[in-house]
Amino acid sequence: MQAIALTKQVTSEGAPLIILDQLDFSASPGESVAVLGASGSGKSTLLGLLAGLDVPTGGKVLLEGTDLFALDEDGRAALRGRLVGFVFQSFQLLPALTALENVMLPLELAGVNGARIEAVAALEQVGLAQRASHYPRQLSGGEQQRVAIARAFSVNPRLLLADEPTGNLDSATGERIIDLLFQLNEEHGTTLILVTHDDSLAQRCKRRLHLDRGVLVREVA
Amino acid sequence: MNSFALSLRMLHREWRAGELRVLAVALVIAVASVTSVGFFTDRVGRALAQQANMLLGADLALISDHPLDSVFEREALQRGLQTAHTLSFPSMVLHGERAQLAEIKAVSRNYPLRGQLRVSQRPYAPDSASSEIPETGTVWPDQRLFNQMDVGADTELEVGTSHLAVSAILTREPDRAGVLFNIAPRLLMNIQDIPATGLIQEGSRVSYRLLVAGEVGTVESFRAWAATRLKRGERLEGVSDARPEIRAALSRAERFLGLAALTSIVLAAVAVVMATRRFMARHLDNCAVMRCLGAQQRLIFRLYLFQFLLLGMLASLIGCLLGYFGQMVLAHQLGSLISADLPLPSMLPAVQGILTGMVTLLGFSLPFLQQLKHVPALRVLRREIGPPGRFGLFGFALGLAGISGLVLWQAGDVRLGGYALAGLFSAILVAALLALLLIRALSGMRRQAAASWRYGLANIARRAGGSVVQVSAFSLGMLMLLLLTVVRGDLMQSWQSTLPADAPNRFVINIQPDQVKLLREFFHARHLPPPPLYPMVRGRLLAVNGKPVATVEYPDQRAQRLLEREFNLSWSDLLPDENQLVAGKWWPQSGHVSAQLSVEEGIAQTLGIKLGDELSYSVGGTNFGARVANLRKVNWDSFRVNFFVIASPGVLEKFPASYITSFHLPEAQGGLLDEMVKAFPNLTVIDVAAVMNEVRTIMDRVAGAVEFVFLFTWVMGFTVLYAAIAATRDERVYETAILRTLGASRRQLLAGLFAEFAGIGLLAGLVAALGASGTSYILSTRILSLPYVFNFWLLPVGMLAGTVAIGVAGIAGCYSVLNQPPLQTIRNSS
Repeated sequence: MQAIALTKQVTSEGAPLIILDQLDFSASPGESVAVLGASGSGKSTLLGLLAGLDVPTGGKVLLEGTDLFALDEDGRAALRGRLVGFVFQSFQLLPALTALENVMLPLELAGVNGARIEAVAALEQVGLAQRASHYPRQLSGGEQQRVAIARAFSVNPRLLLADEPTGNLDSATGERIIDLLFQLNEEHGTTLILVTHDDSLAQRCKRRLHLDRGVLVREVA
Repeated sequence: MNSFALSLRMLHREWRAGELRVLAVALVIAVASVTSVGFFTDRVGRALAQQANMLLGADLALISDHPLDSVFEREALQRGLQTAHTLSFPSMVLHGERAQLAEIKAVSRNYPLRGQLRVSQRPYAPDSASSEIPETGTVWPDQRLFNQMDVGADTELEVGTSHLAVSAILTREPDRAGVLFNIAPRLLMNIQDIPATGLIQEGSRVSYRLLVAGEVGTVESFRAWAATRLKRGERLEGVSDARPEIRAALSRAERFLGLAALTSIVLAAVAVVMATRRFMARHLDNCAVMRCLGAQQRLIFRLYLFQFLLLGMLASLIGCLLGYFGQMVLAHQLGSLISADLPLPSMLPAVQGILTGMVTLLGFSLPFLQQLKHVPALRVLRREIGPPGRFGLFGFALGLAGISGLVLWQAGDVRLGGYALAGLFSAILVAALLALLLIRALSGMRRQAAASWRYGLANIARRAGGSVVQVSAFSLGMLMLLLLTVVRGDLMQSWQSTLPADAPNRFVINIQPDQVKLLREFFHARHLPPPPLYPMVRGRLLAVNGKPVATVEYPDQRAQRLLEREFNLSWSDLLPDENQLVAGKWWPQSGHVSAQLSVEEGIAQTLGIKLGDELSYSVGGTNFGARVANLRKVNWDSFRVNFFVIASPGVLEKFPASYITSFHLPEAQGGLLDEMVKAFPNLTVIDVAAVMNEVRTIMDRVAGAVEFVFLFTWVMGFTVLYAAIAATRDERVYETAILRTLGASRRQLLAGLFAEFAGIGLLAGLVAALGASGTSYILSTRILSLPYVFNFWLLPVGMLAGTVAIGVAGIAGCYSVLNQPPLQTIRNSS
């Protein structure tokens, strides 16, 4: 994964506002990278661009050698489906689906045969096989995030993007979620890019990038 | 896995989550409503097609007042058609000292070509079908004649110079056009016996019929052939001309039913819009997550499209099934009016039902599904990002066009469908405009309101666009409900009151001038008000403005028939009750009055008679002329004695007249008639009570059927109500939770919610009441030809019902959230 001169600029009240400014960085396979910064520093924008959820004003993102923004919206979606997994602060589980069905969804969308078997395996990995038929509203926050993690890993992504994955959880639960995230990351050899405020969480990553008003101010290995 | 299979799974999951229930219910009801009417009218249509020819006793009848040229029968036989002859005429039938005027009908072998004769062997014994006609030398009197002549089986009746043996009692003949105004009882005999009776002489009033039946195409081509060879006094009668009174009642019923059914289509569209809008709002996140998980736009659209297609198909099929059961109820209500056994319906109404379901669902949900496709994936990170752009009314162009097509198709009548559509669109427009006005007014009013009310009213103003949509939808739903309850009641009453309970049930004719005074005394002696007696003179129209009338100059068949027979003319110094002048003036009641005529407007139109025309009549060989002084509108449904033409006093008195009357005789006083007939043996009494009972039964049954169909519309009205509340529920739940965290009490929250819903309900009720009045006016005056009566209660009832129903329903819909801890609501929403 490589970001080259990545820039995002919006117009606010007639004046240009730079959210990300000429950002360059890369992550090698299996590496874990934390992105730190205050609110409004451009963390979430960066994550959105890395996933191809948003379009930059300038620069490019290469995923496994493919220029994300040379593709159209649907092309990026297809690439995401194949290579990228997500974990969100607000879990983003579909309320109408059971835990198992939530995990099955990306597999089904990718047209994988035997989605159920793989999803059950993924739920087992996060220790929730016995809650497979429960709906998100019947699960605690920690459990919901574990389901989200199972969903993210179910497609064996090359890149896992996590947006404040512990932001909605108490510290003990957050700790367990992080353990799980890193454990799976290691087992699957996935590149992990994690956006957080949390220093202790960031400490567990191999590299830490500090953003300030859209500029990469510091990189700690 | 292909996207269809995935859609199927997703449909299952969405259904389980309850996301699609409102949609499904709306579709099922709309389709059930349309198909129950469709299946039923299809069956009736088939029955009528089959039965109409039975009512004629043939597929085609050639009717003449003189013996028909044998060329017609030869041609029919050559074309491979079946034929039979009948001739009928009135004549006295004698038995001992008793004499009775009877309608004699002589028939040939093969009669009837369609339908069956039914006979019984003893009076009032169960009857059975007969494939024979009376053998030569025998006759079949009907039950009435049998009773009046006091005959037993095997007695002989004198018919002209013949003595014919009674061999059975005729209980039913297929081609007797109802019992209405069949003055004399029936005697059926063999046509071969006619010459011996010596009854048919030069100048006898005989109706000759050549009956024809066979393949539809052959009959049609024969009809076309015969039509060019008709001479004066000859006419063709096909199946579509039979039983006009039943046809009229059924056509009226079908219009009512069609109207009821199409209201549910319109409401279904409203429900679909609301439910799909909510569906879309609730699936923005899902779509963003799916986009995030790699789903392409095309796939998302396809997934939802397949889901909706599947849902539409399933709901439509269930609707069809329900509709099939529904039509059984209709058939039970109405079927016996047409036939004991209705044929099975065709599949066409099912196709129509499924098409209705699919057009309604897709036409009004596609714009939303298109929006879902465009949900940006970035929404997973930034919830505030919604679907791009909004679509206006234009987005629904497809749906509106589809529904217009459906409404026109369902109405089966461009005018009726046009009125319904115009009513619908103007209702929406008026509702939208009124809603906007009220919202403006409310902005000014709310400064004076208490805090919670201010909040509720502010909500209406804040969501101006949404409020306009809601008010329009509610008012449309309420408009239908008002139409179905208040207005329908008014219309039904107006319709049924054309046949009041005390409508005359006996006609007495043949009253001689010297009996007029005696008959009045007869009633006086029994402390009964004497009925009005009308003089009657029979005359033939000879000329209009000096120009002799020639039937060939009148293209209209009815006009030709009217001109060929004698008119019943009467005279009066007063405009008769239930008659209304539509042109000209009534003559003065005193002083010298010149010879003037008053003509019924319908016949004037048929015959092209205008105010001021000079009409010449021949009465018993003497001619007279008079000017048309006025045109009258006559309520023919009233069962009172009415005349096409009334002369001013002094014109007709010199001609031999008989008198006619009609009056209401309560069942308990049936003995009066026996006394009257004994006192005045020459009078002919026509008992229309039985006929009227039949007509009233028809009306009751038709009303029952209409009510049944309106039941679907009722349920649909509530579905719309539910959909509208559900559509804004999520938003309200969240706001309520926020207000709770700010310290709002439960009572304040309730008041706020009530203020908002009641405000919307009040406005919707007002708009609905105005709309219902307008629709009722158009329905009664333009479609149903009933007198329009403005119902003052509509406005208060509509407004109160709207305020209370929508206020209470709104609170009931949101009540559960008041009990939820606000944190849970806020957390679920974040």
